[in-house]
Amino acid sequence: MEQVVVKKTKNNQSFLQKVYRSRVLLLMCAPAILFFFMFSYMPLPGIWVAFVKYNYRDGIFGSKFVGLSNFEFLINSGKLFELTKNTILYNLTFIILGNLLAVFIAILLNEIRNKKFKKVSQTVMFLPYFISQVLVGILVFNMLNYDTGFVNGILSSMGMELWEPYSDPKVWPPIIVLVYLWQNTGYNSVVYFAAIMGIDAEIIEASKVDGANCFQKIRHIIIPSLKPTIVILLLFALGGIVKGNFGLFYNIIGTNSLLFPTTDIIETYVYRATMADFNFSTASAVGLYQSVIGFIIVVTVNYIVKKIEPDYSLF
Amino acid sequence: MAKQYQDLMESGVKVKLETSEKIVKAVGYIFVTFYAICCVIPFLIIVSTSFTSETVIRELGVQLFPKDFTLEGYNMVLKGGTIFQSYILTIVLTVVGTLIGLSIIAMTGYVLQRKDFEFRNAISFYIYFTSLFSAGLAPYYLLMTQTYNLKDSYFAVLLPLLMSPWLVILMKNFVKAIPHEITESGKIDGAGDMRIFVSLILPMLKPALATIGLFLALGYWNEWYQSSLFLSSKVDVKPLQYTLYEIVNKTDALKNSVAGQFVSVTDIPTESVKMANAVLATGPIVLAYPFVQRYFISGITVGAVKG
Repeated sequence: MEQVVVKKTKNNQSFLQKVYRSRVLLLMCAPAILFFFMFSYMPLPGIWVAFVKYNYRDGIFGSKFVGLSNFEFLINSGKLFELTKNTILYNLTFIILGNLLAVFIAILLNEIRNKKFKKVSQTVMFLPYFISQVLVGILVFNMLNYDTGFVNGILSSMGMELWEPYSDPKVWPPIIVLVYLWQNTGYNSVVYFAAIMGIDAEIIEASKVDGANCFQKIRHIIIPSLKPTIVILLLFALGGIVKGNFGLFYNIIGTNSLLFPTTDIIETYVYRATMADFNFSTASAVGLYQSVIGFIIVVTVNYIVKKIEPDYSLF
Repeated sequence: MAKQYQDLMESGVKVKLETSEKIVKAVGYIFVTFYAICCVIPFLIIVSTSFTSETVIRELGVQLFPKDFTLEGYNMVLKGGTIFQSYILTIVLTVVGTLIGLSIIAMTGYVLQRKDFEFRNAISFYIYFTSLFSAGLAPYYLLMTQTYNLKDSYFAVLLPLLMSPWLVILMKNFVKAIPHEITESGKIDGAGDMRIFVSLILPMLKPALATIGLFLALGYWNEWYQSSLFLSSKVDVKPLQYTLYEIVNKTDALKNSVAGQFVSVTDIPTESVKMANAVLATGPIVLAYPFVQRYFISGITVGAVKG
């Protein structure tokens, strides 16, 4: 018994000693520790609101405990399934098409020898990444709105029937995917372009001497050497497959409930439940469901990757 | 057989190499040009619309190039005066937030890369975990508004954007490239940790500071989300992008932005005022961006490697 106590105080001492020894370094990262505590860890107890029937007067921990009934409602109404389906399908399309297009553009850019053309086109393609998502919403509205939109201007000048996308939910999935690609491909291709630049020039020269043509070079040298980069970026993306791109959807669709069946994702639903309906319990139930599923997916993906190729694992 | 192969190498394949290169190059130039044009067109339409009179827009719709030229929209926006206050607010938030965030991120990135720091792994995990699991919007909103009392406060915009796990990891990756011997040599000379960081490490981190500073600044300049959560109509002056959001989506906000209550909504050249606002809110970024683009590119390539 005495031994245990002695051991414990020893441990304590050494911990305090450790703290004392590295007190300056600890102080240097104290602001960051405080920041993440305040804005990422402090909200965690509030998850409890998903299990109560929240009312303002009693607060999160005083409101009536209702168990899992907030979740039951979401599952029984089919809402949770619809939101998850939309979020995952959009993300899968973003990931697949986004990476294909980025690789394609990076390979083409690499073949272009005119330096000025390369520089200007890269700058222009990268530009959409830098604008706010509010402006993205405005750009889309400018192109597509019924009365003054650019597309309808062209259609009417050609004497064709006008298009009314803002009342037709079916047309939005391809539009949103196009807008996503428009905004992010320049950014995504940078990584691939850098990876291509990193390929040993001697290998490419050697392939030329051996008589490989340009297609063979791309097929047998460039694409295989991009594989690690592609795999890492896909894994990163896969880990976030249930996290939606809120700004994109909210600024394009906004509160147009006519379009919700095909465009409502988890984030937009949670935002409306919180900010418009003040239904914190439902919002939090959906949010918790999303966090838990997301966490399980990341950990699983990472576990599998670690088994196959430890170098690629995230943590 | 060997001779045949050699013949093939000398005759057919060489031509094939050139043809294949020509095809790929042609596809490259055509596709990249086409794609680049697609990237610019929406911007041209906005600029063009901001200079077009309301009657022309109503009649012909928005155009790629202005059919007539008027400064009506800009006059209205600039006379209204609220955009100046939004500008000043946004600049203050951007400068203050970037400086504070950058200092904290730089210190943290350095400390977490110090091999002799005993809490290195624990704190790294503490920060990384926040990107794996979050409480979600509703608990965050309740905490910010009820516990921290930040409803209608600019701090609700300033504070949450100070840093992110990704930026800390990015900084760590930059610090990794600095040899550990530099810290060691500072220690031998008897310098304290803070002194080593400020006078030996910081000067070597200039490219990292530029890159991460620009990511932070871009985040503040484009901020609209925290504003939409926490700044209600009680706040008169809001950050630029959220002001733009309100002008486009709420008629009242449009009216207030031009000249207050003395103008009736029907007199406002709605579309050109909206687009003039969009041009003014985005202009600084588009103008500054070609000069700072390379820092972003280095950030993306360094950040693609895991922490």
